[in-house]
Amino acid sequence: MKKALMAGALGLLMPVIAAAGEYNITVDRVMIDTGDFVKEGIGYNGASPGPVLRFKEGETVTINVTNNLDEPTSIHWHGLILPYQQDGVPGISFDGIPAGETFTYEFPIVQSGTYWYHSHSGFQEPNGAYGAIVIEPEGREPFRYDREYVVQLTDKHPHDANRVMRNLKMMPDYYNRQQQTVGDFFADISKHGFMTTLQDRLAWGDMRMMKADVEDVQGFTGLINGKGPEQNWTGLFEPGERIRLRFINSSAMAYFDIRIPGLEMTVVQADGNNVQPVTVDEFRIGVAETYDVIVRPKIAEAYTIFAESMGRSGYARATLAPEEGMEGPVPELREAPLLTMADMGGMPGMDHGDMTADASGSMEGMDHSGMDHGAMIMVEGGASDPFYAEGSGLVPVAANGGKFLSYADLRAQNPLYEEREPTREIELRLTGNMERYSWSINGVKYEDAEPLKLQYGERVRFKFVNETMMTHPMHLHGMWSILDVGAGEWNPVKHVISVQPGTTVYMETEVDAPGQWAFHCHLSYHAASGMFRKVVVEGGPDQGNTAGVEVAKDGGDT
Amino acid sequence: MRNLTLSVFAVALTLPSLPALGSDMPRDDSGRKDALTLWGVQFEELEYRYSDDDEEVGVWNGDAFYGTDELKFRWQSKGEYAIAEQAYEKLENQLLLQTPVSDFFDAKAGIRIDTPEGPDRTYGVLGMTGLAPHWFEVDASLYVSDEGDTSAEFDAEYELLFTNHLILSAALDATVAFSEDREIGVGKGLVSTETGLRLSYDLIDRSFSPYLGVVHERKYGDTADFAEAEGGGTEDWFAVIGARVSF
Repeated sequence: MKKALMAGALGLLMPVIAAAGEYNITVDRVMIDTGDFVKEGIGYNGASPGPVLRFKEGETVTINVTNNLDEPTSIHWHGLILPYQQDGVPGISFDGIPAGETFTYEFPIVQSGTYWYHSHSGFQEPNGAYGAIVIEPEGREPFRYDREYVVQLTDKHPHDANRVMRNLKMMPDYYNRQQQTVGDFFADISKHGFMTTLQDRLAWGDMRMMKADVEDVQGFTGLINGKGPEQNWTGLFEPGERIRLRFINSSAMAYFDIRIPGLEMTVVQADGNNVQPVTVDEFRIGVAETYDVIVRPKIAEAYTIFAESMGRSGYARATLAPEEGMEGPVPELREAPLLTMADMGGMPGMDHGDMTADASGSMEGMDHSGMDHGAMIMVEGGASDPFYAEGSGLVPVAANGGKFLSYADLRAQNPLYEEREPTREIELRLTGNMERYSWSINGVKYEDAEPLKLQYGERVRFKFVNETMMTHPMHLHGMWSILDVGAGEWNPVKHVISVQPGTTVYMETEVDAPGQWAFHCHLSYHAASGMFRKVVVEGGPDQGNTAGVEVAKDGGDT
Repeated sequence: MRNLTLSVFAVALTLPSLPALGSDMPRDDSGRKDALTLWGVQFEELEYRYSDDDEEVGVWNGDAFYGTDELKFRWQSKGEYAIAEQAYEKLENQLLLQTPVSDFFDAKAGIRIDTPEGPDRTYGVLGMTGLAPHWFEVDASLYVSDEGDTSAEFDAEYELLFTNHLILSAALDATVAFSEDREIGVGKGLVSTETGLRLSYDLIDRSFSPYLGVVHERKYGDTADFAEAEGGGTEDWFAVIGARVSF
């Protein structure tokens, strides 16, 4: 306890001590109080989330990480471009930080924007080991703001992450409390008729898939900057000010739909890179993504930052107010979405090609096991987004009927790379088996997979084909993910690409970082159960090290 | 333990090539590259039964497993303890290895050891277990006893969700014998069925779900005749109270 207190005090002093690019971080056992429950977890400098690390573009940072746990740890600097030995993935970048030891990271800061850091060891990250990174740019930013706040979200679960994993493996629906009931069956009958409802249930039952399978891990409390909805993290403002909110989704599993009723949000940055400003009423933040938005409250009122999980099983809430203690109204959770057959479009052996191609959403002409899908229950309203399957049940709609951000709206402010033809395409099918809760890439789990080899200097076009009914936020370490939104050189530059069920998404990567890197789904329990790859970049200026990598692959268990 | 052995093995493999590696080469002690090894314990039934003949029975049907996606070791245990007689009417333990054969089904093989009141039996077991279309959990086993008799058992379970916590589960268990084993009262043909309806409420996550229910047991054909000859009944109705437990 004393140690924790001291570490906490040290944490408070941190911003003062940490000048000139030197930082000290301790990794500690901490207590996490969500307002709903108190749980032991892992934090940095005595708290979870850890301190906001403020770097300057162009400086070289030295970060001493002291492991006060009784197990190995690591820190991964999510989204940062750095030498692979500094990337913090045990077994891929380095050996990890043994219990009781200090590891010194040292790397140049070559970018600016909002990022985050987290442990890459076991389930330490969902257990609380995460924090924010803010990098001040060398030059001027293309937008103005008067004050800024980090708004870091997570889905804190009362169960230890190891237990969550075990429960999911034993019963994949362990945490799903949104399954369809007898009551829903009769409600659907009165709405759609008996035969349609029966056929609908038979079609899903035939696949052994659940429409309600949107959020695997429910029962969490959404936190913003470590505060639960009741604890209400509050950011102060003066009316008329422009406030930059740096949203970071550090959740293990939850996507959040974020809105601030009464305020428009101008999205200016995605995953740390400036985008051409787009004003929205609401946006969806995938696991491990960041979005920077600017809001301008003109009157002295309290505004609620409301973040509903995509599956509507939980929410995070915070407040922007002219003074402490003020509260805005907190909206009700909206109805939980249900998957549709369109979201199953990628399932192998199901010929749903017609469905995704047909913009009208008509399902005629499909033949699946003699089922007449034309009679199936479909979503009404017809909201659409090119990054969701046509007719998907997951397409987000703004609560106020206004503008909901789509990937298709994102345009780079300044292209980071010169536009050129990719040298080759690599197809990565995102695969899995919900009943066994096993996840994989191209049907192969990490434990059985060979590393993915890239050549230094090439530009690879990755084709993600999501054959599962879950959304997967794919994260490539060390190199940028240029999301193909059809805007050529203005395609946005990201570090996480969210791939919705039943869709195919392309990204391009300039292979400009030698060494070996992790590449995985950022949902903690998907990564841990196999949706993970090691990427080896062969050749390049760091040839010596890369040659060593090859030997390790053959001889060692990396 | 297995992880430890594997790591030691991996380190041993790496050693000869160490000089070529330099000092900064990563060594994976994170376990991420190892198959996820898990364990679990579940009791589908842990209950007190009260029959229409005023018979009281304590019953369990549970299993514990340890292993990976590819290979699991499973210990399955079933018992029926007659409280008045202070005797096990049924006591059955199976030690099984289980491996996936399709997306939804596992094959299993192992041994079954029956040690109730009366003669014991040991069986070889071959079976399949998994999830059939429309959410029926099914389990089928073929048994060959140390006396050379063969029999088969089929289990199916279906859950109806009144709400996401209040769940009605229907279970059917049927046994067929391909030859007679008079000593343990088993006749050729359909031996017995057990049908149960249990209404449970998930009180603590899915780890403790108390239930109330009704169970019907029936013996058929020669098996029923053997039971009658020994003065036993051939059909019982039970009211049951118990809990589904998993941890």
